[in-house]
Amino acid sequence: MTTTEILEILKEKFSVEQFEIQSNIGGEILIVPSNVLLDLCFFLRDDERLAFDSLMNLSGVDLADGEKKKLEDGSFEIVGGHLATYYHLHSFKHNHKLTLKVLLPRENPVVPSVERVWRSADWHEREAYDLFGIVFEGHHNLKRILLPDDWDGYPLRKDYKVQEFYQGMKVPY
Amino acid sequence: MAELKTDHLVLNMGPQHPSTHGVLRLEVVLDGEVVIDVIPHIGYLHRCFEKHCEAMTYPMVIPYTDRMDYLASMYMNFGYVEAVEKLMNIEIPERVKYIRVIMGELQRIASHLVAIGTFGIDIGAFTPFLYCFRDRERILDLFEMTCGARLLYNYMWIGGLSHDLPPMFIPELKSFLKDFRKNIKELNDLLSYNKIFIERTANIGILPADTAINYGCTGPVLRGSGVNWDLRKNDPYSIYDRFDFEVCVGKGEIGTVGDCWNRYMVRVREMEQSCLIIEQAIEQLPEGDVTSAIPKRVKPPVGEIYFRVESPKGELGYHIISDGTVNPFRVKVRAPSFVNLQILPVISKGYLVADIIANLGSLDIVLGEIDR
Amino acid sequence: MGILDKEFTESNIIITKFDDLMNWARLSSLWQMTFGLACCAIEMMATSASHYDFDRFGVIPRPSPRQADIIIISGTVTLKMALRIKRLYEQMPEPKYVISMGSCATCGGPYWNHGYHVLKGIDRVIPVDVYVPGCPPRPEALLEGLLKLQEKIRNESHVKKQV
Repeated sequence: MTTTEILEILKEKFSVEQFEIQSNIGGEILIVPSNVLLDLCFFLRDDERLAFDSLMNLSGVDLADGEKKKLEDGSFEIVGGHLATYYHLHSFKHNHKLTLKVLLPRENPVVPSVERVWRSADWHEREAYDLFGIVFEGHHNLKRILLPDDWDGYPLRKDYKVQEFYQGMKVPY
Repeated sequence: MAELKTDHLVLNMGPQHPSTHGVLRLEVVLDGEVVIDVIPHIGYLHRCFEKHCEAMTYPMVIPYTDRMDYLASMYMNFGYVEAVEKLMNIEIPERVKYIRVIMGELQRIASHLVAIGTFGIDIGAFTPFLYCFRDRERILDLFEMTCGARLLYNYMWIGGLSHDLPPMFIPELKSFLKDFRKNIKELNDLLSYNKIFIERTANIGILPADTAINYGCTGPVLRGSGVNWDLRKNDPYSIYDRFDFEVCVGKGEIGTVGDCWNRYMVRVREMEQSCLIIEQAIEQLPEGDVTSAIPKRVKPPVGEIYFRVESPKGELGYHIISDGTVNPFRVKVRAPSFVNLQILPVISKGYLVADIIANLGSLDIVLGEIDR
Repeated sequence: MGILDKEFTESNIIITKFDDLMNWARLSSLWQMTFGLACCAIEMMATSASHYDFDRFGVIPRPSPRQADIIIISGTVTLKMALRIKRLYEQMPEPKYVISMGSCATCGGPYWNHGYHVLKGIDRVIPVDVYVPGCPPRPEALLEGLLKLQEKIRNESHVKKQV
């Protein structure tokens, strides 16, 4: 089933004007607002015609589309713009795929957690929180997963600056 | 008499523990010897792969993919280069496709051999480990013959391969396959149908199919639960649709479908199927140049792709976003072990401490891939 | 130099220097801590397995640091792991030796530049006796590293003050 056909089914329950299809080399992407994400995901999973029973992948992305501000020490800081989360869904039953994308403001990246829909999202969301600082509302245990708890900053943001020392050990080479 | 108050005991396993397959830390909550909860703590091998990708050019990322799942480096290369080729729309020569499949399947055998060997060690059988490593050394010799490295190969390049097969490769491979068939039988006699092994693994850590799907499990873990799902068959990539092979699922002839023994047995059977695929690939292997399609400058157009392959551990996905420059904008790896490990608390609850080890061994995780 | 400086054939008596005897005993039974970190650990496992047979040098894996003589730092050390390694090292009884296996443990390896979470060399945390280069080193290279360590132990002195 293509993304356009899926959008036809979604029309029954959602006002589809808020969705947008982005054409792309590796398959179309459905851009959705974050406030309907949770309802949408439950619908995508539970509707018989769609039956997206598995979340293959969840990635956080720093789009870095804000304004770059030069700082005194030569590094830069990004102000404004967006972070994004991607959801790659797949249905074992119908063997079709769907990619969702949610844009989040960089200053306050909050998105509802889909952990209750697909349990596999648990660690993926914690990872995105750890590396990008995206807050997943409703996640039962949102804390750092890869980095230590007392780490500063979110490393995969494009304007990340490495800390000089961690617990007395020098970090840069 | 007043009732005795009992408390739960929290036991810390790892990050240095002989049977955690790397630097995994498990926080185990116990009531007596019964497991109440297991909390995995990961990140002790977080090597910042995704940050490196953003600073490297596309071909420079390949050696780093090697180092993620170091037991299946060839397959890590395989997934990455296929994804970039898809993104750039490069048509690769037929010979390259076949050699990639041969290498990938050999790597699957090697990876499963390590999984089986270390699973044996975990539950107290040391000898099968030596047998498995003996066979694995022969596969590594074949790889070394081709690309000069034993463990981390950097063999598959975007659009081709670094080297063609050396002249002695095919005869050596054929002789290996002939011996290996016998060795699988030996392994079955030694370990698979061993009474002690069955007692330790059958009916332990039962994972129902619907839970496995909801938790996103893939690979032998999913198939051990009886779900007939293999990306090589169900969502064919490369040239896997040209080969005739079976998808191995847990049948439950010993124990229950979805237990440790069935997950283990899926791996043993898959090794046989890999032999079949390799034999067919050798038969059909065309002549040609393996480096002709390698682009001088790798610069994919703006766009993104999520590409997945069936690595020995499960579904390996690369989510690559290109902004039209020579560096990837973002590479996210959907590592199979990362997702499979989440199931450990679910399948360990209510069993004994020793069964955690059996469960962990049967999941076949690699920490390099989990932490990246 | 050897352990048999003088041997009385009939009486089962050997005369040797105290240092030589102690060093000989130490270098021939280096019990290794079972401790793998990353890719190099697989090569370390391969070294212990049938093909390369680490046991013939008296290297036997022990699961506890309290029973071990050497620790092979086999792989990338992250900042999260570094303090744990330090503690493991401190738990080992003297005399203890450290082999740093592979580029990552030696200097950060391929992760030296952008690895924000990688410790650039285990020698920033614990002292190292032998560095084995390679990414990953072949089993032969690890064996060579072990032989170098044995050479080092052979020349130690228990009575003379060490320089």
